[in-house]
Amino acid sequence: MTSYAKRIDKRKFDELRPIKAEVGIIPNADGSALFAFGETVAIAAVYGPKPLHPAHMQNPERGIVRCNYNMLPFSVTERAKPGPSRRSKEIGMVSGNALASVIDLERFPGTVIDVEIMILQANASTRCAGINAAAMALAQAGVVMKELVSSVSIGKIDDKIVADVTKAEEDWEDGEGATDIAFTMTSVTKEITHLQLDGRIQTHRFKEAVEAARQACEKIHQYQIRALKGEKIDENK
Amino acid sequence: MTYKEFTEDQENFEDNNIVGEEFDTKKERKLVVPGEIIAEGEEFLPGDFTRKEGNNIVANRYGLVEINGRVARIIPISGVFEPRRGNNVIGRVEDINFSGWMMDIGGPYSAFLPLMECPRFINRNNLDEFAAIGEIMAVKIAGVKKSGVDLTLKARGLGRLDDGRLIKINPHKVPRVIGKEGSMINLIKDSTKTEINVGQNGYIWIKGDAEGENKAEEAIQLIVKDTAVSGLTDKVENFLKGEKK
Repeated sequence: MTSYAKRIDKRKFDELRPIKAEVGIIPNADGSALFAFGETVAIAAVYGPKPLHPAHMQNPERGIVRCNYNMLPFSVTERAKPGPSRRSKEIGMVSGNALASVIDLERFPGTVIDVEIMILQANASTRCAGINAAAMALAQAGVVMKELVSSVSIGKIDDKIVADVTKAEEDWEDGEGATDIAFTMTSVTKEITHLQLDGRIQTHRFKEAVEAARQACEKIHQYQIRALKGEKIDENK
Repeated sequence: MTYKEFTEDQENFEDNNIVGEEFDTKKERKLVVPGEIIAEGEEFLPGDFTRKEGNNIVANRYGLVEINGRVARIIPISGVFEPRRGNNVIGRVEDINFSGWMMDIGGPYSAFLPLMECPRFINRNNLDEFAAIGEIMAVKIAGVKKSGVDLTLKARGLGRLDDGRLIKINPHKVPRVIGKEGSMINLIKDSTKTEINVGQNGYIWIKGDAEGENKAEEAIQLIVKDTAVSGLTDKVENFLKGEKK
């Protein structure tokens, strides 16, 4: 049995993969962005606020966020079947909720903001990359929001807390095995708007994971700001 | 007009009149993202799209900061059209029912032009005689309700726009397309020999010969692309001259 002393891709335990971030990649959308953690690449497009049909979905008090998460067929090695699945519907819903908590939805009652998240290439943490891209796209679309959100996956691989988990780490079986937790936090106040835990973790380790997420989200927030201010970030070069 | 309407009119005065602005290149305006602190200190007051948190003024929207005296506000540079009473817009007829026309004017809500707001007599059973589905009209926003926009034709320069083409741009770029006192739009009109009608919702109607329409559309797209460039009028002028040869 080997303990997880070093990360598979030689990163430090709190180091993120090389980040890519850019806004305005889809001219037809009201707002759009690309965000990538290493080989995990997500794009997001935002349309609206616009009239909502069917009318029974309208809420007379506030607008709604309709979020679609979609993994493209070529994003994984074994072709992903296109179209909605149980998994993509769930991730779409939680991503939408994670974003909706910072948006001023009361401004346009009875309307919808459509958020489309596409995963171009997947190597774990796809929902986090998608939420990061969507937050940037929402801001670029001129949606009134309190602040941005940043998302990161924190893992407990064997007994080590690591930031930004890859597929190989997710599948780690030795020692205590792998746990991965997807966090989404508001960018300034660092309040949690989304949290999904997959695996097992002790309470005191979980507190460490929250702290690690807080630090990783702050790093991601800085990338998001730089991209929104017109920079094309690509750390792979 | 009631007193309430009158005061509202006064408040909306600036919004109602398309005031073209020349981009002030001397004053660098800072681009901010939501959640960013734009001014620190007790003396500042929150303006449009900002909020006060402790002693700081914080941005609620992506845009450029403008600090005018004590008031800090954000000038949006992107986003959908937000309809206001009195806006002159251009719309496309989407549907006709027994009492008027449903129109697409962009933005979050659909708009309705009632038959009553039409200045001339129209046969109730034949609304499409005046404007059929797909036709373009210059209209004015009479009011914004909670879940819809009411339109009117009762003002000067409004009515059906025949032939021509409709292009859509970001409504926040409209002041640049018009230019100071209409300088930019008149330049394009004169050199391409087209009629152009710019709506505050970012819908632009162009009519002329095919070549002129193409050129005018390209010139407008150039303005949209290079909004923040200084000396834009000269650039557009050169573009229009260059194409002529």
